[in-house]
Parts: sequence; C-alpha cells; structure tokens
Amino acid sequence: MTTATLPLWVTIPGTVLLVLAGVTTLIGSFGLLRLRDFFSRMHGPSMTNTVAAGATLVTSMLVSSAIAGRPIIHELLITLFVSMSAPITAIMLLQAALYRNKARHTRDVAADGNST
Amino acid sequence: MSAVFGYALWFAQACIAIAMLNGLVRLFIGPAAQDRILAFDSLYMNGMLMLLTLGVSSMSTAYFDMALLIALFGFVGTVALARFLLRGEVIEP
Repeated sequence: MTTATLPLWVTIPGTVLLVLAGVTTLIGSFGLLRLRDFFSRMHGPSMTNTVAAGATLVTSMLVSSAIAGRPIIHELLITLFVSMSAPITAIMLLQAALYRNKARHTRDVAADGNST
Repeated sequence: MSAVFGYALWFAQACIAIAMLNGLVRLFIGPAAQDRILAFDSLYMNGMLMLLTLGVSSMSTAYFDMALLIALFGFVGTVALARFLLRGEVIEP
C-alpha cells in the first residue's frame, strides 16, 4: 500500500498541512541560524515546536486513521507532550542564558576594577 | 491528487532536512553553550518531524513509537543540559 491509494479526505488536508509544516520549519531554522543574539534566536525553533509539529502530527493522525479504517488518536500523545515540554525547555534555557550573561558581566566588571 | 500528496511529502522532508543542516551549523558555530543547547533542541525536534513524515510516506506505524521516544528523551537531555549550565551540576545533593 502506497500513498497513491489514500482517499481524498486525507490527501487534501494532508497536502496543505505538510506544506505548512515544511515552510514553518524552514523559516524557524533560518531564524535560528541568522538572528543576532541568543534571545532572538529562541523564537525560531518555537515555530517548529508549535505549528510544524502540530501540522505533521495531524497529517500522521489522518493517514494512520485511513490505513486502519477507524479513528486513531495516538499522535495526540506526542502533541500533548511537546506542548507541555516546549515552554519548560524555553524557560530553563532562558534562565541559564540570563545567569551566564550576568555572571560574565560581573566577572568583566571585577576584572576592570582590578586592572585600573 | 494523491500524486500532489507525494510531492508535498517530499517537500516537507526536504525542508526538514535543510532545517536540520541549519541546526547543525548553529551547533558548530554557536558562540555560547546555550546556543548549542538550543540548536540541539531544534535538531531533535526536526528529527522527530522527519520520523513522522517517514512514517506517513511508508505508511507504517512503527515510526510513531520512535518519534515518541525521541520527544521524551530529547526533552530530558535538554533540561539536564540547561540545568547544568544554570547550577553546575545536574542533580543537586
């Protein structure tokens, strides 16, 4: 069984959602690559975490439902887990970055005070 | 219409592959440790999306379990690394 045998109610939303997921992933990764400082760069991958992951998971849900012939909602597990874990990751990374910036600033100021 | 679905699948996989390459570049050139951890986070998320699209294109359900495991352990890894940056140790005594 290949993707050519899928019914129309899977392929039309699946096409739109897959293209959306691809474009969003691409924009997010270019943001990760090209933005200037760390706090701007954090915005890029969160697009992947939300829109692209959601669109791909809905497509996967549609396709596996069409294969099995009954509604399959296992993919909601990943959606739930990603939507719970992404903010925690973001907050912990932000705290680490703020702490490290502050520590570096304090060290620089102390070094300047010793030299003058 | 199904052929268009195949093309959209191909497009999504190509976009995710380019995104993984960008994340890899950021992983190597990242000026600070937190940039590298952020790149690692986006890398495992892209790997999870790649596995899901592979599961759609091969129409098998085995890829779903791998994607779930990647989501679980990638989160644990990122939190452990961020905590190491913040405190200097992962598990506090």
